[in-house]
Amino acid sequence: MGRRRGVALMGGLVSDVLAWFADPSNLTGSTGVPARILEHIQYSGVALVIAVLIAVPIGAYVGHTGRGGFAVVGVANGMRSLPEIGVVLLLVTFGGGVSLTPVTIALVVLAIPPLLGGTYAGVRNVDRATVDAARGMGMTEREILTKVELPNALPLIIGGLRTATLQVIATAAVAALVGVGGLGRYLIDGLGVRDYTQMAAGALLIAALALTAEAVLAGVQRLVVSPGLRTSASAGRRAAAPPSEPAPPAPSPTRSTPEPELARS
Amino acid sequence: MIDWSWIPANADRLGPAILQHLVLALVPVLIGLVVAVPVGWLANRSRAARAVLVPAAGLLYTIPSLVLFIVLPGILGTQILDPLNVVVALSVYTVALLVRSVADALAAVPGMVVAAATAMGYKPARRFAQVELPLSLPVLISGLRVATVTNISLVAVGALIGIGGLGYFLTDGFLRGSSTSILVGTVLIFVIALIFDSLLVLVGKLATPWVGAGASR
Repeated sequence: MGRRRGVALMGGLVSDVLAWFADPSNLTGSTGVPARILEHIQYSGVALVIAVLIAVPIGAYVGHTGRGGFAVVGVANGMRSLPEIGVVLLLVTFGGGVSLTPVTIALVVLAIPPLLGGTYAGVRNVDRATVDAARGMGMTEREILTKVELPNALPLIIGGLRTATLQVIATAAVAALVGVGGLGRYLIDGLGVRDYTQMAAGALLIAALALTAEAVLAGVQRLVVSPGLRTSASAGRRAAAPPSEPAPPAPSPTRSTPEPELARS
Repeated sequence: MIDWSWIPANADRLGPAILQHLVLALVPVLIGLVVAVPVGWLANRSRAARAVLVPAAGLLYTIPSLVLFIVLPGILGTQILDPLNVVVALSVYTVALLVRSVADALAAVPGMVVAAATAMGYKPARRFAQVELPLSLPVLISGLRVATVTNISLVAVGALIGIGGLGYFLTDGFLRGSSTSILVGTVLIFVIALIFDSLLVLVGKLATPWVGAGASR
């Protein structure tokens, strides 16, 4: 019976949501769907760019030199344990006043662990024989990093970027709680007046945006990852497959003991 | 900025909130593990099953948590404030995360070991329970660590729609302008996540005494 009631509720909700999307007043102006989507993309994009600029160079340096790997993994793990909502709310109450800065900081904090872990693990896991061959050919350390290690690490770096993007898009909804825009407004405003239709519409939009971003990044990955990595070892192929979760780098047959610390990338 | 008198004044509310937070975060880890092991086993058994199950799990993981908390009542027929929504949502995430971990973990078990166990007369069920599963623990536990830490952090999102746990101190503190309440809630969630992460590392070390034993350094 509970299930039948659930299905009926679901049916009602679906038609209500369709009606909500058909209502022109929800589609235009500064509170309309296009404007909210743009805000959401803007918040997420800015945070992701900052996170990439911070995490990728550090991950690449530590992965290349092997120095400080323990600290990087520890910091990435620690940051992952921070509840984002708490970070946003704390920054707002301590930082004084509503602005985008606390939201952006929290989103950057959220995006760094997967990017850092992915870059570090990607660079670190490049076959040592390949690196030695590059060194033997007379490449400088910088050339080894930029021409050999980073291209080889791309599947895991982009994997980290995909995870970070998903989490940032999902969490940017929290921004609405502290008074700025984005698609979270529909959730928070709807919650305030118990308007579940509006909430469900907002939820759908966020999910659709997340899926679209995922598809776009999957396309980018196909374009930029060297075809050699796609067809060679099964390990490379597995790592290039959609790691849309904070996935451990796929254990390859050549590495018999997967390292649990590394695997938290 | 920090009102130290807040802590003793609210001490009696912290204990139950911590307990509720743990139940909401950890019950889904157990449910997710129980569901993910057979599904991951299936994904590891055939290429076709893997090609369907692993991307499907990845897709589930892309749904934002707040979205799932709001949409689930419509699917389950529960009230929006029912803690069951959070448990189901986090179980879904745990399954999504662990299916891939289990499949990868089982794939990492060396084929020769499985063949040796078969040759020693292990039937498939016993071979899985006593050989393949224990050997896949390192990868499986790293997946469990991600799931556990994520869940402990995500329960706080449930406070946005009014479901308890430590997240209550975040939203309530925000509404009252009490930074102490937010700080205490955030730090407690952070510390609890770290404690359970370390516990899982310890469990992993104890359960896989052979890891590192071969390295002669």
